[in-house]
Amino acid sequence: MKNEALFRYLLRLGDDSLILGQRLAEWCGHGPILEEDIAMTNISLDLIGQAMSLLDYAGVIEGKDRNCDKLGLLRYEKEYVNVLLVEQPNGDFGDTIMRQFLFDAFRKPLYERLVNSSDKQLAAIADKSLKETRYHLKHSSEWVIRLGDGTEESHERVQNSLDTLWRYADELFYTDEVEAKLTVEGILPDLSGIKAEWESTVKYVFSEATLEIPVNNWKFEGGRKGRHSEHFGHLLSELQYMQRAYPNMEW
Amino acid sequence: MSTKEWPLWEVFIRSKQGLNHKHVGSLRAADSTMALDNARDVYTRRSEGISIWVVESNYVHANDPADADAYFEPSDTKIFRHPTFYEVHEGIKHM
Repeated sequence: MKNEALFRYLLRLGDDSLILGQRLAEWCGHGPILEEDIAMTNISLDLIGQAMSLLDYAGVIEGKDRNCDKLGLLRYEKEYVNVLLVEQPNGDFGDTIMRQFLFDAFRKPLYERLVNSSDKQLAAIADKSLKETRYHLKHSSEWVIRLGDGTEESHERVQNSLDTLWRYADELFYTDEVEAKLTVEGILPDLSGIKAEWESTVKYVFSEATLEIPVNNWKFEGGRKGRHSEHFGHLLSELQYMQRAYPNMEW
Repeated sequence: MSTKEWPLWEVFIRSKQGLNHKHVGSLRAADSTMALDNARDVYTRRSEGISIWVVESNYVHANDPADADAYFEPSDTKIFRHPTFYEVHEGIKHM
């Protein structure tokens, strides 16, 4: 393998996009209004497109003749390294929007840094994805504000979404030897400012939305090491069904 | 749960620089911000535009269809209003 750390890093990015894209796709035909149904599936397709670029490139780095389909659809559960946040069930519309917002607020500053990667392919993927992600963040923050600062019922429900999902947010900033090695090699630019930027985005949006950030310090993590929540198996069975039932099928 | 319906908005898209905004359809949204987002998501997915206008349908005023005869028929017989009575000189292109 050309660069194992880069391969593992690309899987992390790619799996986050793929699994969140799959979750959003579950809304297809079930959106609260037609316009929002289309908006969520547009975002889903953006994310799955990003996953394809990232996983295809991971396959090139790995050098074992695996493309985005093989990597995306044929790994076992413990080989997926997405954060737990993105695999959480859709719940109601507020849950989905809150999950999306916490993720988008992280992804935007991340891509803004990755466009400066010394790895040209990664920088190009980040550049294309950044434009999509800016819109995703605009869309999800507007909805968080609308629901939080909306009716009594919408406020209460989206505050519950925040209370439930907050404990998954910290894993977005998980790093280990993979990021450390890539930083030394110059492939990853300095990522240290991302958390502060994320915090300032979420604080601003939650204050506009009149939402309270939960005070508990209980954090969940494990996704980056392949330890997933119980929801993940169900998601994978749907995601992988066609390739498992009809190996190598194409359309 | 509130059963109040969101207002209707008319959507206009400019497909490229130099062309007019053209009416493409309508949608429902709670306010202009949401209307613009929804218009972007519903009407520009296939690169249809570079600029969007939304106008709340309430503010669009239309003529009464019952007056259509009085409004439009009189012009049908005024063919002299079309610039078709000029001879175009040889060598003039793009007419």
